[in-house]
Parts: sequence; C-alpha cells; structure tokens
Amino acid sequence: MSRSTVAIALAGSGGAGVMTIGSMLLEAAARSGYYGLFSRLSGPQVRGGEAAALLRIGTVAVESQPDYYDALVAIDWGHVERFATEIPLQATSLIVGDPRMGEPPEAMLASGATLWKLPFSEQAATVRGGRPNMVALGVVSALLGLDPDELERVVVAKIGAKGEAIIEASRAALRAGRSLPLPDGGALALASPADPKPRWLISGNEAAAVGALRGGIRFVAGYPITPATEVVEWLAPVLPELGGTLLQAEDELAAVGMAVGASYGGVPAMTVTSGPGLSLMVETLGLAIAAEMPLVLIDVMRGGPSTGIPTKSEQSDLNLAIYGTHGDAPRLVLAPVSIADTLATTQWSVELAEALQVPAIVLSDQGMGQTRSVIDAPALHDSPDSRLRAGPLEPDSYRRYAITDSGISPMTAPGDAHGQWIGDGLTHNERGTPSSAAKDHHAQLAKRLRKLESHDFGARWAEVEGDGEVAVITWGSTVGPTREAIARLVASGHRLRHVAIRLLAPLQREALAAALRGVRRVIVVEVNQAGQLAQYLRATGAIPVPVESHARPGPLPLRPRELVETLSRWCSQ
Amino acid sequence: MNAPTLPKLDPKDFKSDVKPIWCPGCGDFGVLAALTRASAQVGRPPEEIAVVSGIGCSSRLPAYTSAYGFHGVHGRALPFAIGLKSARPDIEVIAVGGDGDGYSIGGNHFLHACRRNVDLVYIVMDNHVYGMTKGQPSPTTEPDWICNIAPAGTGLHPLNPMTLAVAAGANFIARGFTGDPNGLARLIVEAIAWPGFAFIEVLSPCVTFRPEQKDWKHAVHAGPAEPLSDRARAAAVLLSDDGFGTGIFFKGERSRAHPLPAASRTMDDIERRFAL
Repeated sequence: MSRSTVAIALAGSGGAGVMTIGSMLLEAAARSGYYGLFSRLSGPQVRGGEAAALLRIGTVAVESQPDYYDALVAIDWGHVERFATEIPLQATSLIVGDPRMGEPPEAMLASGATLWKLPFSEQAATVRGGRPNMVALGVVSALLGLDPDELERVVVAKIGAKGEAIIEASRAALRAGRSLPLPDGGALALASPADPKPRWLISGNEAAAVGALRGGIRFVAGYPITPATEVVEWLAPVLPELGGTLLQAEDELAAVGMAVGASYGGVPAMTVTSGPGLSLMVETLGLAIAAEMPLVLIDVMRGGPSTGIPTKSEQSDLNLAIYGTHGDAPRLVLAPVSIADTLATTQWSVELAEALQVPAIVLSDQGMGQTRSVIDAPALHDSPDSRLRAGPLEPDSYRRYAITDSGISPMTAPGDAHGQWIGDGLTHNERGTPSSAAKDHHAQLAKRLRKLESHDFGARWAEVEGDGEVAVITWGSTVGPTREAIARLVASGHRLRHVAIRLLAPLQREALAAALRGVRRVIVVEVNQAGQLAQYLRATGAIPVPVESHARPGPLPLRPRELVETLSRWCSQ
Repeated sequence: MNAPTLPKLDPKDFKSDVKPIWCPGCGDFGVLAALTRASAQVGRPPEEIAVVSGIGCSSRLPAYTSAYGFHGVHGRALPFAIGLKSARPDIEVIAVGGDGDGYSIGGNHFLHACRRNVDLVYIVMDNHVYGMTKGQPSPTTEPDWICNIAPAGTGLHPLNPMTLAVAAGANFIARGFTGDPNGLARLIVEAIAWPGFAFIEVLSPCVTFRPEQKDWKHAVHAGPAEPLSDRARAAAVLLSDDGFGTGIFFKGERSRAHPLPAASRTMDDIERRFAL
C-alpha cells in the first residue's frame, strides 16, 4: 500500500553526514514532484555532537511535523538517545541501524518499533571511498520508492565541486545501498505525486528575507543571534545587488537604531532578531512608535525567558511583541501562518509599516525559520511605495505630526526642501517640537492609536476555515498541525472552525467576532506556558464565549495527535 | 562642495525658532553658534543636513537648528546617525550629545562608530556632569568631585575619550572650546571635509552644576601646531595631554566608506535559486 506522507529521521554523530543526505533526500523528492519539510536537530555543541535530519515527505503540501516517525535510520548511535522525545516512534515504525555500530537506545526500542539491521559500513567498504551515509541514502530512497536517476542527479549536483572520484564513490555507495534487501512489503513507498506545479524549496528564514525585499526593504541591520542569523546572512550579499545596505551592528540596541536612522532617511528598513534581542530593542521600538517611524522587526522566536533554548522553538514572545515598551504604544504584530506564508506576511508587514508609519513586528519561530519546505511557487510582485510622502512644500508650512482624520500625516525625508522636522521620543506637538502640554499628549496619543484602529486591513487579518460550533484559534507554527488535526476530524464526520490569526495587533475585534458567530466553544492553541494569545483574547473581550486554552511550552513542536483527542471530545460534548 | 549658483548662506539660516531650554551661560550655546556658522561656511542648505542626538541637555540641540534631525533615546545617537548616513550618503550627518550620553550609556556605540568609520561628524559637549538629571558624575568626571550620589567622590578613573577614539580607529580627532565658537566652527568645517568618522570633543562648561568650569577659559590653550597622522604618536600626545589643548590632534588616512552600490540584479533573478 502506498502512502501519502512518510516521516523519516536520519541520525548519527556529527560528521556522519546525516544533514547532507537529508537535504539530498528532500531535494530528490521535491524534484520528483513531492512536497516536504526538512528540519535539523543537533545537540548544544557548536560543532560535532549528535545530529538528526528530520524529514516529512508527501504528495500534498506538508505544514506540520508528524505524529510519529515511520523510520529512524541511524548511521551510528552516538548520543542519538538524547533525541528520544524529538523523534517519536510507535509500534509500526522501523528502526534501521548498522549492527556494527551497536544496539539502538532502549528509549527508542521501547516504542515497539521493528529493528532492521543493515550493514551500512560493511556495504560502504565494498566501494572505494564509499561512505556509510550514502549507503543509508540509497536504502531510504529505495524504501520510499524514489526515482534513482533523480536522486543521482541531485547527488552529483550537490557534490560536483568535490571532483569526479568522490562523485563516482558516492554513486557506487548509493547503488550499494539500493541493492540491500528491503523489509517485507516495502511499507514506506510513497504514492505517485500529482502532476507537479512549479514549486520552490525554501526555509522560513529565507522566505522572510524575500518577502522583505519584495516589500521594498533596502536597509537591514542585525546582530548575530540564533535562530535568526540566517535571515541576515542570506541578505548580506543580496542587498548590495539591489542597491541596498546591510550592516552588522555592535549589539541589538544599535541594530534597531540603525534601522530607524535609515527609515528616517526615507529608505524602508528592517532589523532581525530573536527573543533576547527583542528584549534589548524594546527601547528603540518605543521611540519608533512615538516618532512614527516605519520599521520592520522580525523576531524568530526560540525558547525563553533569558537565553532559554536558542536552537529550539517556542511561541512565548507574544506578550513582549504586543505590550513591550513603557507608555501607551500601539504597534503592528503579525505572524505568518505557514513557512510559505512567511514571504507574503513579511511583505505585507513592510507595506503596513510604511503606510501606517509604525513598527511592524513579525513573529516567526525557530521551527518555521530553520525548516526547509517545498512550497508552491508564490505569486510575486514588488510592493508599491506605501509611505505617504509630502509633496512640494511652502516655507514654514510643514507639520510632521499634523492631526488628520486617518491619523497618518505626510512624511518628508532629508533633502526635501522646507520639509525639515526633528524626530523625537519626547511628547511633541504637530510640528514635532517637544511639549509636555496635556492637549498635545492626548492629541498625539489619539492620532497614533487612530491610524491603527481605523485602517482597513481587509480579509488578510486571518485565515478562517470550516464551520461548526467548536472553533480553534491558532497563530504561527501551531496553524499547520492544527489544520492537520482538524482535517482528520472532519474526515471522521466532525465539524470544526479554524481561525488562524495573521494580524495579532491591532486585533480585528469585529472581524474575529463575525468569524466566531454561532460558536459554542473556543479553544486557543499555542506553544507557550501561559497561553499568551488566550489571555490577550480574553482581555479584549472579542470572543462571545469563554476562551479556553490549549497551551504548553516548547521546545517540542506541536503534533496533530496532541489535538485530535481533545477536539474530538469537545465536538461530541 | 562649492555651489556658486546657491545664494550665500548665513548662520541664521541654520537656526530654528525654538527657544533652547539651556541655562543662561551654558556652554552648549557656543556649540550651536559654531555649528550654524560652520554649516553656512560649508554651503549646503539646511535640508541637506541632519543633526542627530540622544538624551541630555546637549542632545536638545537638533531642535534649535533648521536642519533635519532626530532626538532619539539615551546613548543611541550614533547607531541612528550611521543608519541614516549609510542609507543616505548624500546627506551631511552630524551627531551631537554629551559625555554621559556618548561615553557612558552610549560608550559601546562610540567605540564601534570609530571602528566603522562612516563619514560623519560626532560632536560631544563634555562638561563632566549629568546636567539634565541635576548633577551626577559622568565617565569624564574627576574622581574626587563630590555630589549627592557620590558623597566621597567616585574614586573612578576618568575616561580619556580622545585616546579611546584614536585606538578605536576614528579618522579625525579634535578638541574645541565653547568659549571660542569661531575656532570650534573651523574645527567642524574641517571635520566635515575630512573622510570617515570625525570626532570633536568640546569643552562645554556646565555653569549650574559645575560652576568652577567657568575657569576653563583660563585653562584652555592652543594644542598641536599640526595634526599627527600616526596613531601611536597621537595616542602618546593625548595620554600626556592636560585636557585643555584645542585644535586637531589627529587626521588619519582611512578612506571614506564605500558609496551605495547601484542595483545590478532583479528580484526575479535572485529568487531563481529557490525554484525546483
């Protein structure tokens, strides 16, 4: 029986080459017409240590980590037992290991999975220069029924620069792996893919970078931080090619300050960080809100508080994103609903930040940012300049913070004659001159709130799917697994509504109430301890029934099975 | 910079109608006067200049000019100025502030601005005291100066910002005095003309919390006859300096940061790498 999805974990010590074969496997599957996800798991060591490539391949788009892995393939067992909670197995799973490398960890065998011993190293030794990881890749590709020619093309393309001898050795090792006998039935064979549409292979971090550029970002400053660094590294060679600038700042305080400086210069600007960096940036975030500066700030969330778990995911920065800074400081907070959506949501964030003259915080997370995904090729366009720029001005006429109905006032940039203004974090009057008068304070606070509250964000604030009297609300990386859980429940006759909120602040209260009309129960699903979104939704009073919370901290990704049981009980109660 | 078609500019063209909050006799008036004179002499109109600051008495200066500018958060004038200048190399960017803003809360940015060598001018109005919060010691305060928060003095070694600047890579280092706005204006004009990061430490007395600084006018004297271009020699001079010599101490040979590149590719082209 062929399957619509298969989940494979490839594990071994650092240097065993599991990441290499993981990326080859995904690319070969993608080129054969499949969709898929590829996440990397590694120990806390800077280099070396245990490593695992986690893959899920399917005939349709894959947006969730699997409930269980169908196969764990280990080149060696190093300290692979440390991944026991991150590579869940069940009785129908397969553990494939080389008997020469010892026995699989007890914690993994306890799942009842079938152990299948294969001599990777012995088989590799039959090939001059052959490596066990390439043998394992041959085995896995045969298990999945992948086209061997496509796989060889990918392997050759990936290692071509290393020379003919290594290419030949890899090819031979791959074939040696394919020639090993498969277990009975070939249970992991994938169904044939549908006619492939044009697709991309991209990580969430890369998608954020592309979205930012499409939105018009031409200045980026950042400070190295896991798991956000790749966004900046990817942009570093690209921005100059587009006539833009990228700076590595001395710290996050400087990174966000540089971005606000560039924005003042009239250039759409962005900074990228993770939780600890966002904590530092809160100071200038408040300044940018007070001075009404367009700014995009991407937070690729990781486990917190403090240094937390740098390499693993959590959705626990929501409170900081929505409330961070002293004073009354409304801002935009958005979260992509999938890896593919990271591009469009980041691009939209640029447009909104520019149009509304306010910082937009984009909440991605490690799981979305560092996972590579096969997505349908996105529809692309360059955003128009959405900053309201002042036209030619008469001397002494310009008022930067003019009170308007929309709350938005035309901006000038250095070089514009008669447009001079001094940006200020001090409370100011319409000209921008510091003022501690109550009427100026009230008028400017009201203006800054009004421009967000009165803007028409249209239908993009959320993805609203399904119907029924039970509704699930999600955001960010919990959207994918929740969609999958709901699809299973719907297939077994249940009815459920799903609201995946893309625009978290300002909360679209009326639209949310409309999306939830007629519901009996509402549950908010998120990966943090406190249920931060649930608390926020309760506080706003936008939900017509009591808000219930399904929240737990990271670092383990949410899996569909965690929700299926709870939601099915709810539907029948 | 010569633009013969422009009408001749006057220092008052660079002043705004906002009344300074500074105390009568504050040294910072001298910096405002020097900056407006220097701007008129440089000959670029106010809309092509941006004056950027942090927080503190001296950081209120941008609003008193008719240029573009920003009065941001405490200590962060330099990152803002660097971002602005990097994105808009056509604009003349001048960062200003005080010793607390620049050497204490913004100390790290100062070091890295010297290293980065972006083409801008940084003027620090140093009065060895936090004035806006009413009289606390700053990094340049003498160790035995007595005040409410340090009743026995801080006992801390005062920072030597010019030595720090020469070690960190600043390309132009000078000291001015607010009692001599014409001399200070000349330093600012030279700083603008010199490529890279130009740092001017300005002795700017606080008549309210450090009234004894009124005597600085007697202590100030001419500094080096010629600026040095060797960092080690400049550092030696600055380390043995009494802190009151005015003039240009160092002019480095670092070149201007690269100008903005012209766009050479399109997004369609860049995105091609993702297509399967």
